[in-house]
Parts: sequence; C-alpha cells; structure tokens
Amino acid sequence: MSAARMQVLSSRNVRLLSRGRNEVLAGRSGAQRPGGDPRTRSLTCPPMSSSSSPGRALSSLSATRRGLPKEKMSENGIMSRAKVLTIDTMNPTVKKVEYAVRGPIVQRAVELERELSEGMKKPFAEVIKANIGDAHAMGQQPITFFRQVLALCSYPELLSDSTFPEDAKSRACRILQSCGGNSMGAYSASQGIDSVRQDVARYIERRDGGVACDPDNIYLTTGASDGIVTMLKLLVCGEGTTRTGVMIPIPQYPLYSAALAELGAVQVDYFLNEEKCWSLDITELQRAVNEARQYCNPRALCIINPGNPTGQVQSRQCIEDVIRFAAKERLFLMADEVYQDNVYAEGCQFHSFKKVLFEMGPEYAETVELASFHSTSKCYMGECGFRGGYMEIINMDDEVKDQLTKLLSVRLCPPVPGQALMDLVVNPPQPGEPSYGSFIKERTATLSALAEKAKLTEQVLNTVQGISCNPVQGAMYSFPRITIPEKAVKEATEKGQQPDMFYCMKMLEETGICLVPGSGFGQKDGTYHFRMTILPPTDKLKILLNKVKEFHQRFTQQYS
Amino acid sequence: MSSNVLVSYWVHEPRHLYDQAASKVLSQPLVVPSGTHENDPQVRVLVQACAQQSQQQGVRKPYKEVIDVFQGDLHGAGMKPLTFVRQVLAACVYPPLINSNNLPLDVRQRAQEELGRCVGGSVGSYSAVAGIPEIVHSISEFIKRRDGGIPSHPENIYISPGSQWSISNILNVLVNREASPRTGVLIPVPCYNITVLSITQLGAVTVPYYLSEEQGWALQVEELQRALESAKGVCNPVALYVINPGNPAGYVQSQKSVQEVIRFAWEKRLFLLADELYQDCVYGENCEFVSYKRTLSEMGPPFSGTVELASFHSVSKGFLGECGLRAGYVELVNLDPAVMKHIHTLFSKDTCAPVLGQIALDLMSNPPKPGDPSYPLYKQEIEHIRAVLVHNVKRVHEVINSLPGFSCPPIEGGLFAFPRLNLTPKAIQKAKELGLQPDTFYCTRLLEEGGVFTGPGWEYGQKEGTYHIRFCIAAPQDVMEELLRRLSSFHMTFMKDFS
Repeated sequence: MSAARMQVLSSRNVRLLSRGRNEVLAGRSGAQRPGGDPRTRSLTCPPMSSSSSPGRALSSLSATRRGLPKEKMSENGIMSRAKVLTIDTMNPTVKKVEYAVRGPIVQRAVELERELSEGMKKPFAEVIKANIGDAHAMGQQPITFFRQVLALCSYPELLSDSTFPEDAKSRACRILQSCGGNSMGAYSASQGIDSVRQDVARYIERRDGGVACDPDNIYLTTGASDGIVTMLKLLVCGEGTTRTGVMIPIPQYPLYSAALAELGAVQVDYFLNEEKCWSLDITELQRAVNEARQYCNPRALCIINPGNPTGQVQSRQCIEDVIRFAAKERLFLMADEVYQDNVYAEGCQFHSFKKVLFEMGPEYAETVELASFHSTSKCYMGECGFRGGYMEIINMDDEVKDQLTKLLSVRLCPPVPGQALMDLVVNPPQPGEPSYGSFIKERTATLSALAEKAKLTEQVLNTVQGISCNPVQGAMYSFPRITIPEKAVKEATEKGQQPDMFYCMKMLEETGICLVPGSGFGQKDGTYHFRMTILPPTDKLKILLNKVKEFHQRFTQQYS
Repeated sequence: MSSNVLVSYWVHEPRHLYDQAASKVLSQPLVVPSGTHENDPQVRVLVQACAQQSQQQGVRKPYKEVIDVFQGDLHGAGMKPLTFVRQVLAACVYPPLINSNNLPLDVRQRAQEELGRCVGGSVGSYSAVAGIPEIVHSISEFIKRRDGGIPSHPENIYISPGSQWSISNILNVLVNREASPRTGVLIPVPCYNITVLSITQLGAVTVPYYLSEEQGWALQVEELQRALESAKGVCNPVALYVINPGNPAGYVQSQKSVQEVIRFAWEKRLFLLADELYQDCVYGENCEFVSYKRTLSEMGPPFSGTVELASFHSVSKGFLGECGLRAGYVELVNLDPAVMKHIHTLFSKDTCAPVLGQIALDLMSNPPKPGDPSYPLYKQEIEHIRAVLVHNVKRVHEVINSLPGFSCPPIEGGLFAFPRLNLTPKAIQKAKELGLQPDTFYCTRLLEEGGVFTGPGWEYGQKEGTYHIRFCIAAPQDVMEELLRRLSSFHMTFMKDFS
C-alpha cells in the first residue's frame, strides 16, 4: 500500500483504523481468541527464535508423544525455527480489519456472562446484549409457516404427519423437487436454486409495482454480507491514485469498513446529516467524491436504506437524486436494503432503488449499475441463523458476470436451508391458503411491536439530558448522540480509548447492558453516540432504557 | 475473456482493469489471455447448457436421465441422508416436534439440548463468531477421540459455512497480495479445483507438486523438493496444501508419508494446510486415516511445537453428506497468538456459520451411542453407506481397468475415481479442431451420448499429455452399475470411432 494512501486512510477514516482502538483490543483480549477461555499453556519447548509467540498450541502434547524414536530427531541437528505466519509476515490488509459489532465490548459481555454463571457478584443479574440486530436472540418468535416448511424439508417423512397444514406440505414438496436428489443436503448451483431465484424475481416485480426482474440477475448469497463483500471484491482494483474508492455513509455498518480494509480499497466517507434525521445530502456526496478524486478512483457508492445504525428512511426524491448523482459521477450503486420491511414512522415508505431507477426512464434504467441486497435475517422474520440472502444486479457487464460466477463458485453454494427460507419469505402464504391467517397475524404482531418499540426508545432517550435521539424511522436501531463530559473524555484518552468506548464499557460493567460505541460506526469528530437495538421485548426494553437513563445521569454527575 | 484460471493456474493473476473508455463502471477484468469458452472452470454450466440444447433440439437420447456424478455430492447422487441427523434438524427447526411422539426420544432430547445452546432458544439467532461454544467443544472432543487422546483446544477451532470458507480465510491471512515476489502455495497435482481458485483469487501463485500416478498417486518428498526449487525466483512459498484422503486422486497417505511432509514443512518453513474432508472415506485394506494433527504431535519437539497447521473438515462428505447445509471447521495448531486475534476478526466479519449446519457438525462429532433408541437405525444406515462405497470402489476399479485405453489405480479413499484416459491421436486431433481440451471433448461426448456427467481431468491439473476424468463414486449401487454400463458402452464406441 502506498504511503499516499496510508495517509488518506488515516485522515479520513474517523479513527476506525486508529491506533487507540487497536491498543484497546490488544490490551483486552490477551493471547488466544478474544473472550475465549484462557488457554492452558504448559510450555515444554520454549520458542527460541520467535519473539511474538509466548505459547504453543500443542505444548501439552509432548507428554503423550510417542512413535518416532528420539535419535531421529537429534539426527537432524534440529533447532527451533521461527513461525511462518507472524504479525510481521501476515497479510497486512487483514491487520486493518476491525468489526465493532463483534468487537472488544461484545467480548467483554461474553466474559461477564461467564463470570455471572460462575457465581461472581455483579451489580446486575443478567447481561442484555442490545449490540446486535438479532431478533430471535431477544425472544422474537419465528413465523410458524416458515418453520413448518423447513422442518418438512429437513425430514420429508413428516409429509405424512397430519398436524402439518397442506400448504406447508405442498410448499415443502415444491422446494425439495428443485433440490438435487430431493435433499437440502445436495449442493445447489453457485448462483442459487433456479426456482428460488424465479420466486425472488416475481417478488421484486410485485414489490416494485411491476418493474420487470430477470431471474438471471438474482444471486442467492450466504446472508447479505456475503453478497456485499463479493461485489466489493469485483470492484476493487488499481494502485495509488487509481486505487478503487468506495463511498460509504458515516455512520455506517462496520461490515463495509472491514471489507474495504481487507481488500485494501480506499474508504471514502460521506456524512449523513444528523440534524436532519440522518438524511443523505447530495452536496455532501459531491464534496466527498470531489475530494476523493484527488487521491483515489471512486467507483462505487454504498447506500443503506433504511439506515443502519441511523434508522432513517430515504424519501423517493432523495433516491432519485442519488441515482442522478451516481449516473453523473459514474459510480456503481450498492443498495443495502435488508431492512425494507422495517419502516415505522408515519409518512415514511420504503422505495427500492431498483424501482426508482426504472421509473426515471431509460436514460438511467439502462445505464446505472446497481446491486441491491436483501436477507432473511431482518424484517419480520429475523432468521439470522439461516444465513439466507440474495442480491439483484442490474446493468452489469456480461463478462463481469462471468467473473462474479467464478467468485461465487469458491463458496460452492449458499446454505440450502437459507435458500429455502428465502423462497418462503418472497413467496409467503396467499389469501385462501390454510396458513395465510396465522402468517399475517404473526407478521403484523412483530412489525407493530417493533414500531411501538421504535417510538418508545426515541421518547425515553429524549427525556434524558445529554442524550438526543432522532426518530427511529426504520431498521432496528437507535443511534442517539450522547454528551460526554470533558473529564471523561480526558480519562478515556489517557486510557487510549475512544470516549464512547469508555462510556459503553463502563455502562456494561455497571449495568450489564451491551451497546456498541458510535466510534465503531464512524461519526463526526467531537460527537459521540452509541447504537442500541430496539429488539428486546417491550417490558424488558423499558427496564433497559431506564437503566441507560440512570447510568447516563450517574456518569455525567461523576465526571462533571 | 472468460477465465482460464485453471488451465494455467500457476500463473494466473486476478487483477481487474478499469477501462476508462468503457461505458460501465465494472468492465472486463484483466486476466491471463485465454483461449476459448470451454476453458471456463464452469464447465458444469456449459456442459449442462450443451445437454439442454441437444434436448431442446429433440434429439433422441439412449437414456432417460443424466447421471450426475460431477461433484462429490452424496445426496445429489441419490444417497439418503441419515435419519437421526434429519430428525434432530427438523425438531430444532420446528420445536413443537420435540413434544411429538412421531420422533424417537433421543432425537427429541438431542433437539432440546441443541436449542438450549442457541441464543434465545432458536436456530434463527446468530451464534458466537467461532460457532456455538458447546458445539465447538464437542468438535474438540471428537478430534481428541479420533487422535487417540491428543488434546484439542476449542479456542483453536472455528466453524465456517463450509470448509472452503475456512480455507479462504486462512489463505487470506497467509497471502500478501502486494508482496513482491508474490506469495506462493504448494498444491498437489491433481488438486481440488476450488481451492486453486481460492488461492489465485487472493493473488497468490500456486506451485504444483505432482503426485505419482504410477505409484497410486503417492506423495513424494523429492517431488516437494523439486517443486520448491522451481519456485525460486518466481514466488515466495509460505504454505503447503495437502489433501488426505485425496481429491480427485483417491490415495490415502500412510503415517510415514505424513511424517515426511511435516518434516519437510518444518525444514522449509511452510505453513501446512491439511484438507482432511474425506477422513471417513477410507477403503484400502492396509490403509488408515491418520490426521496431520496427531502425527505432528506424536513426532514431538521440535516439530510438535513449531509446525503451523490448519486442518479442515466438514459435514459435506463422509456419512452425513450434507453439502447443502454448508458447515465445516478448521482446527489451528501452533499459530502465533497475535495472528489468531486477526483470524478471529476475519471470521467475525462473516458473522457466523449457518446454525443448522453447526448442529449437523455436532451430530457428526457426537452421534448416537449403543443403547440409544436411534442407534440401531443409525448404525444400519452408516454400514449401508460404507458397504455401498466399498462395493462401488471395487466395481469401478474392475470395470475401468477392463476397458482398453482406461486405467485406474485402486481407490484407497475419498469419493472420486480419477482414471487415466489414453486417448488416440485421432480423438486428440478432433478435440483440437473443436477448440476443446481432449478430456473435455471426451466428457462432453460422454454426457451427450452416454448420459453421464463427469469432470475432465485438466480442471484438476494433470501431467502434460495425460488425460483423466473425475467422477464421484458415492451413488447407490444400482446407479453406479448403470453408470458403469453406460460408460463402458460409450467408451468402446468412442475408442472405435477414433481409432
């Protein structure tokens, strides 16, 4: 990586790659897997030439050693040799990867859970993980119909079980018929099962008011992140000032910064406007791209709508402006639309980039390259564990498509149960079918509870002095701004911590609530935030919000 | 271009060219100039398209259905899933089944136990980065049992969406795409083609070492030595990739051979990547699977404490054959703790492996025991699969070696036959005229005329001037017999046509 780009990275990356957080991580996690059990390291053969490795994974094995005669080993005049893979020899771009949603604070939360289970005394009875958008972990119930079909697909002998509804059975048969050997255990094509891709295409057409969708443009993925990373891999190239730049919102979902760091791409930040409900400002996009053109080659623009972590829902007008901008600046559009069903605020509505693009006429519809991502993990189903997802790719060069197929083939295929689930999501029970009633009831219950919790979160947080929270228009998170007293900032800096990391870590230790500091997502210099999911059940969420409130007041008092 | 990554894979350079003049942001990537479409690694797609086309033309075929033995896919080839595994998965997916009398008691208890390990009691939640902790633990116990009591530390195990995902992640840490000279990885020839793709996609150079076909595809240290020498001035080899039992060549390494490889890796400072997916698939009479991990630790110091090893396994092969669930794991040995931290972050970016796949890994690591209600059926199914595989291996060997121009060493392990094909000059000439690799030409004809879908040897690498085909041997016996019948009859005609 060129020196010029290093500079670019360090100055533009809102400290995501900064020294402070690295040190925090290093200090926290000790030797082996961060947050894991401390390893027994009964070192019998001390390393001689490796400076960075205090331990040997197989050290305890020497006791059980047998087989080879000893002479043979001394015969070679063997001396210890250095490791092949050290911090100095490893892929340098991997070193820059950070992933806040699963970062040190979450590792500490896991430790605390263990300590609690071991009977250690804490000022709280349980750890509440409000750090990750994991609905089922927070007690949300799966959609019965989906699970019935998947159970039938897993163990087809159940098709003769009369307790399963007929529509679940016919759906299961249809899915199994499109699996090799009629089993979810067979590989599918790398791009995904044909019939599922066809169903996805029809879903998109319905969603977008009839705008055509070609199943050949649909790629099933291992969760949306797989699709996002794969597309970024295709986009990144060049050296020095021709190195690919990718525009991402700040705050962003850290998958983007992590993937860009790993690929050695240039992260080009554009700031969302917190004062205007985290809206996207075209002049800010323009500023960002103009500046970026001086040190890299911006080729892609990532949009998260509804926003993560910011919860804004983009207006149709805004999307049109973004598309025009992308066309003018020749940027590949990546639309992360995994929260498309999670829209709560009145007057807000989800508009897909695809639909708006096609409504803007052939000038745009036939030229602007767009990849749109969706998944089974969010919305009303919240099935993260299945790792289902798809992407739709529009206007992509045919030869690049060949390359994409090749990239995807390394994964062999997306998990088949996840593909089956995706099929059910895009093709749920229809009116008149036995499961329709319960499906609608369950979906509505989940979505209206989320809407209620979105409102509740905003309301309660805004009653706290020093916390201000934009309306949670959509998605699953609030991202309130917090005031951190000077004294606390100073103490954090002395510890080599970001002030909001310091704040969140303290909150975790005192209340058992696990949030992610805003610095993990990026934020304007001098501002501090945290991300909290709105997923806990309402009564639990109320308790949680109150605890946050009390903690903030205590913290403010302590450091004022 | 398409991609002839696999034809000339040791020089492939996966860079992308941004063409200012082009109208697309993403335009044609720059790779080694290739010839023609049939060099595409997606032979599958092409060959299938080809088959479809001929069907559309209404050409009468001497077969009703294509036998697809292109991939190592047990279920795809018609083998049945294990009842116990599928019952537990069904009950985990739809927990009311736990209270149903339709399922055996141990299945219901097991499902209950698995759900208790899932956050929120649902297979729909994310797991910890490395996998569900209890399952990671159960894998480490499985490894310990397998390796005769040698300890395995759960902290060193990561579950991923299939073993290939783990291989990519570990390679990603090893390969510095900006290094000069480039990072090199020693790979066997023939080699599983997807791993080659992973290596080249990361910007590394593959350094081939040839297995000795004459000696039943044995791995010879002198050849490793030669390969390493050949890399001088070309790249900087940091890792040695081994597949044991082999894919596509069906060898099983002796423990002595494994020791030699470890010693070589130690001497030459190479990181060992041991692909041990087919560890349950061993058929040779005097063959036994001995893991790299076990051998390494039994060799004692200085090897046991030094040689860095990543060993891969998955639920896709063996008796489960659950390719579609996408779950595998890597066990890391002797890694620098500072590097482990970054590996953790890499895996955390992938969020987690599919939870159903993780549960299948647990069922593989900890199957029903004698006395459990499900044990008799489980045992019967396992024995049936084993018997089918052993029978198929024998039959394939017999039939192939009875055909003129075909030869195949005994298949000691793995799931593939990789027989050598002595093509006549006329057949080679015809292939050239069509712009096809000779063995692709053979496979295409075999598909079209014989209705058997196999892979051409060049996709996996082979000595120049030799030709092979690869096919999966894990099909039900009647399917295998039909396959061999079709293959024999096609082959005789083909050889006659091009004599």
